[in-house]
Amino acid sequence: MRIIERLGEAVIEGIVALGNFVLFLLSALLYTFAPPYKPRLLIRQLRTIGAESFFLVGLIGLFTGMVLGLQGYNTLRRFGSEGALGTVVALVLVRELGPVLAALMVTARAGSAMAAEIGAMQATEQVDALTVMAINPVQYLVSPRVLAGVISFPLLTCMFDVIGIWGGYAVGVGLMGAPSGSFFNGIVQNMGGHDIAIGLYKALVFGMVVMWVCCYKGYHAARMATGVSRATTDAVVLSSVLILAWDYFMTSILL
Amino acid sequence: MTDNGVNSDPAIVVRELRRRFGKQQVLDGVNLDCPRNQITTIVGPSGCGKTVLLKHLNLLLRPDFGQIIIDGVEVTRLGSRGIDAVREKFGMLFQAGALFDSMSVFDNVAFPLVEKTNLTREQIAARVYEILKQVGLQGMEQKYPSELSGGMQKRTALARALIRRPKILMLDEPTTGLDPTRTAAIHELVRDTQQRFGLSAVMVSHDVPQVFEVSDRVAFMHLGKIELSGTVAEVMASDSENFKSFLAGRASGEEEGPASQIIATVGR
Repeated sequence: MRIIERLGEAVIEGIVALGNFVLFLLSALLYTFAPPYKPRLLIRQLRTIGAESFFLVGLIGLFTGMVLGLQGYNTLRRFGSEGALGTVVALVLVRELGPVLAALMVTARAGSAMAAEIGAMQATEQVDALTVMAINPVQYLVSPRVLAGVISFPLLTCMFDVIGIWGGYAVGVGLMGAPSGSFFNGIVQNMGGHDIAIGLYKALVFGMVVMWVCCYKGYHAARMATGVSRATTDAVVLSSVLILAWDYFMTSILL
Repeated sequence: MTDNGVNSDPAIVVRELRRRFGKQQVLDGVNLDCPRNQITTIVGPSGCGKTVLLKHLNLLLRPDFGQIIIDGVEVTRLGSRGIDAVREKFGMLFQAGALFDSMSVFDNVAFPLVEKTNLTREQIAARVYEILKQVGLQGMEQKYPSELSGGMQKRTALARALIRRPKILMLDEPTTGLDPTRTAAIHELVRDTQQRFGLSAVMVSHDVPQVFEVSDRVAFMHLGKIELSGTVAEVMASDSENFKSFLAGRASGEEEGPASQIIATVGR
């Protein structure tokens, strides 16, 4: 009987936690559209999540494109189809690697910092202080971050894609000697708006998921130093897992 | 209690307040009156529920049962708008100050005005400089909380709590982590502010018996109930065994037990 009781308790706790997790996102989304509007909070988060991640995302994009150029050229050469290099690099980046890697990088850079910051605010009663001042902490802390994520992620992904394609071009064409004309011609011929849209949908959803998870973990951190470190780790791990899992599901639906 | 007609009812009235966390009955029928224009101090051993009680008074927690009347308004069943309206009436000083560490002293103190009022920059600045002067922090406007001493952080937090000119001030262990000299200074500042602004103050404190010097009334909490309350003289004259052993424990330097930390983490 004890075992069944414990099992039941664990299931109920799990469902309650999941419910809280979802309600947290819903209230963050709801408060995004509720007054008072504070554009400066959004702008600050756009800077932290978007602008300050640009260099890192660009760097990762460059190397990803370069390695795609290298691997792609060597593989395609076996079939005598070096001309398709541009298409391969661009499609892989735009549909898959762009949104996923950009999201993972922003999680590591901004998401972890966000979980730690909100967790520390919770631990030092700063969140309670907001509440007591009649300022809704979800509206003040979480909504601008989720909105900034939804805006920044697609933009960062676009930059990742463009820089990556140039990286692939530099290595594939410049270094390995693939034909230059067919590199870009292939992209123009074979990549449509649909491919770009899939990448951007993914980026949009990842933006929301990452900010949601990181803010939630920080917001519900235990009020002590180990609680904050735990929340940060959980936020990064859960975000990364959700990015890859969602990526699979979205690909299978949108393909 | 004052006898000036309209405002003779207490600032805060608590009736039969109960709250349970898991299997622990933390508040077990609390009754408390905090008269207007006086400092009421809640004392008691660690884990007796005084911090949880304060979290009910500042509406961070909701009770399972009982009534809280703040400035004539029953608050336990209010919706979020009603709660916000009640919150406008009080300022809160948190245990560790709860200053926003990403903001300067000026921005911290100005924050409630910037967020909740339509005052102009000049008006806000004037109010901030005035209040900082009153708590003795002139010239510190551009410092960040991490650059301040513990006592200065408390002063900044007090300035922030007072900036919207509340009627009621709530203080959660305002002298935690301060040395005896600074403790006395903060107590004096609390008394001074209370008199200057005509505030009704509720303070949770562990600084027994020093805190009695600045208190008008004392409520002694034990096992989730107010066991004893009255003026300082009345409470000191009582022959409650629990209160006496609490005082004796304090005098012999007994430290805070882990129970208070459990309550602090539970208290969400």
